[in-house]
Amino acid sequence: MSDTTTTAAPAVPPARPASVPPSASSSFLGALEIDVRFLGMVGALAVIWVVFDFLADGTFLTPRNLWNLSVQTSSIAVMSTGMVLVIVMRHIDLSVGSILGVTGMIMAVFQVNHLLPAFGFNHPAVIVLTLAAGILAGALIGALHGFVIAYLGVPAFIVTLGGLLVWRGAAWAIAEGKTIPLVDDNFKLLGGGANGSIGATWSWVVCVVACLAILAATVQARRQRQRFHFPLKPLWAEAFTIVAGCLAVVCATLVVNAYTLPAALARRYAEAAGIEVPPEGLAISFGFAVPVLVALAVGIAMTFLTTRTRFGRYVFAIGGNPEAAELAGINTKRVTLMVFALMGALAAIGAAISTARLNSATNAQGTLDELYVIAAAVIGGTSLAGGAGTVAGAMLGAVVMQSLQSGMVLMRVDTPYQNIVVGVVLVFAVWIDTMYRKRFK
Amino acid sequence: MANSAATPLVDMRDISISFGGIRAVDGVNVDLYPGEVVGLLGHNGAGKSTLIKILSGAYRPDTGEIRIAGEKADIANPRDAKRYGIETIYQTLALADNVDAAANLFLGRELRTPWGTLDDVAMEAATREVMGRLNPNFRKFKEPVRGLSGGQRQSVAIARAIHFNAKILIMDEPTAALGPQETAQVAELIKQLKAEGIGIFLISHDIHDVFDLADRVSVMKNGKLVGTAKTSDVTKDEVLGMIIMGKSPPGAIPGPGAAH
Repeated sequence: MSDTTTTAAPAVPPARPASVPPSASSSFLGALEIDVRFLGMVGALAVIWVVFDFLADGTFLTPRNLWNLSVQTSSIAVMSTGMVLVIVMRHIDLSVGSILGVTGMIMAVFQVNHLLPAFGFNHPAVIVLTLAAGILAGALIGALHGFVIAYLGVPAFIVTLGGLLVWRGAAWAIAEGKTIPLVDDNFKLLGGGANGSIGATWSWVVCVVACLAILAATVQARRQRQRFHFPLKPLWAEAFTIVAGCLAVVCATLVVNAYTLPAALARRYAEAAGIEVPPEGLAISFGFAVPVLVALAVGIAMTFLTTRTRFGRYVFAIGGNPEAAELAGINTKRVTLMVFALMGALAAIGAAISTARLNSATNAQGTLDELYVIAAAVIGGTSLAGGAGTVAGAMLGAVVMQSLQSGMVLMRVDTPYQNIVVGVVLVFAVWIDTMYRKRFK
Repeated sequence: MANSAATPLVDMRDISISFGGIRAVDGVNVDLYPGEVVGLLGHNGAGKSTLIKILSGAYRPDTGEIRIAGEKADIANPRDAKRYGIETIYQTLALADNVDAAANLFLGRELRTPWGTLDDVAMEAATREVMGRLNPNFRKFKEPVRGLSGGQRQSVAIARAIHFNAKILIMDEPTAALGPQETAQVAELIKQLKAEGIGIFLISHDIHDVFDLADRVSVMKNGKLVGTAKTSDVTKDEVLGMIIMGKSPPGAIPGPGAAH
């Protein structure tokens, strides 16, 4: 449709000028246009952190633990962004843990057997081609699932349950059960650790860029609304959003920069770099870990995809009313296939992070990850009935899940009891959410 | 008004479709001329909605032929139907409940910025414009449509149909969910669209919804066409007889479903 602003029908004569906007909301939260649900989750997370810090004798809210938490969350957070779309479309993907396993194995074997002999040690092409191969494999596996679900009509639960077994078995078959060590140093950066972090200076660069992006996005949104004479947010609300956003970014940067290398590592690093070690010791900051930046980049890209593109709009419309979407001319089968392919590709990115973190690909990698990923999405407000969910919520859900586990480890809770707590919290969180939806929707 | 000399806008010939051995639509012929309103009547389960879903691309007929403006049309899915200028307002309203009015209005035909992203602001502006004409009291542009009343939802559905320059409009029970005032609004709207030369199929099981608006009525019973008549040639009671007993009155052209 090229000309969509004119219509065929000058229908019922207007009783008042057509596009007179409603008055802006007067309530505080209404003016801020903040999702109350999301705010509630941030609050819940804050409570969890403070309680754990209290119970674990002040070991939880330390730069070191928070930094570790961020790295441990990355892989699940990346995958949860895709799970949101799958669940929004009223499907489920039980195979992501196994896809992670098999794509991790594919990347490791491909790198060790083909790329290293061809390009040599630490050649830049190695990491690029390793990732490309893994993501392609993940996307193809996901697309295969999506094809069977959309075009052959087999329920997603069954297809991906089958996939869970098939791809776990395939991961074993590729290397006959062996653990494959990863040797490319560039690839290892994806796993975090002392080398896989960007240091204090670059962390501040990231911080400034993020703050500028927040500012630019707000100004752009305001301009767009002005262009069409829509009601604008009050200026104080815009300022509040910008300041709150930037403050969060600055705090995160301060935390990751406050985590410094242990003395022995710092000395070794200084020797390698030829820096003289001052008598009081060297403080070298970790800064943001590479996997965390990868996860944030994926989160931003997926948020963009879900809110700003046709594809994302279709995913939500199909989740809200599949029949209406079909009747509106949306190719629902194709969208379903693409969502599962995307999920597979994201599982491969998760695989890159977790294999790089372990420096090797093992047969059991990603076992039970599907459950954590689904739990993260659901805790993050994705409705299993379909049609509702956000990428940011799911990533926050992943942080909540990881915080619970990390906190209990610090409290020296045994694994079986950890599982009991996580299980109870999952059910409890969804119950709270159900009540909230009933009351306010 | 109906003009039998001109080429019909829609000509559905000998349409049949079966579901699990049951002939939901059995050898039905209907046509529609530009600027004409044809009421498609029958009990629940008479096959009217199924017939119309064939025209709008939701089902493919087992046999039969559809001609649009004299040309044979191949309508395999709703996208094809829209390409022929066929817009449908479904009985179930067919809105995605979880997104707002603008998203529903442009569903499947979103406006995009030069970068290929959704131009939500432009879509909202266009929605405000078209809704301002259809339903000036409409305010809830930012809310998911699940929060709207039946009449508001109906106006979103109608806005979606007329915004894209429809030539053929199909309305399935357009006033079933509405109050008297909103029903009158829809009737007014139908007259205006008709004056612009748009052909309209009105589907209803209730003769009172349709009789005064329609130029002709086609009545279906048990999947077959009982007959077609100009509303000027028959009375309401005669049409009721067609619906209930399948009896074709003298003023109507009987179809294969007429009782003997």
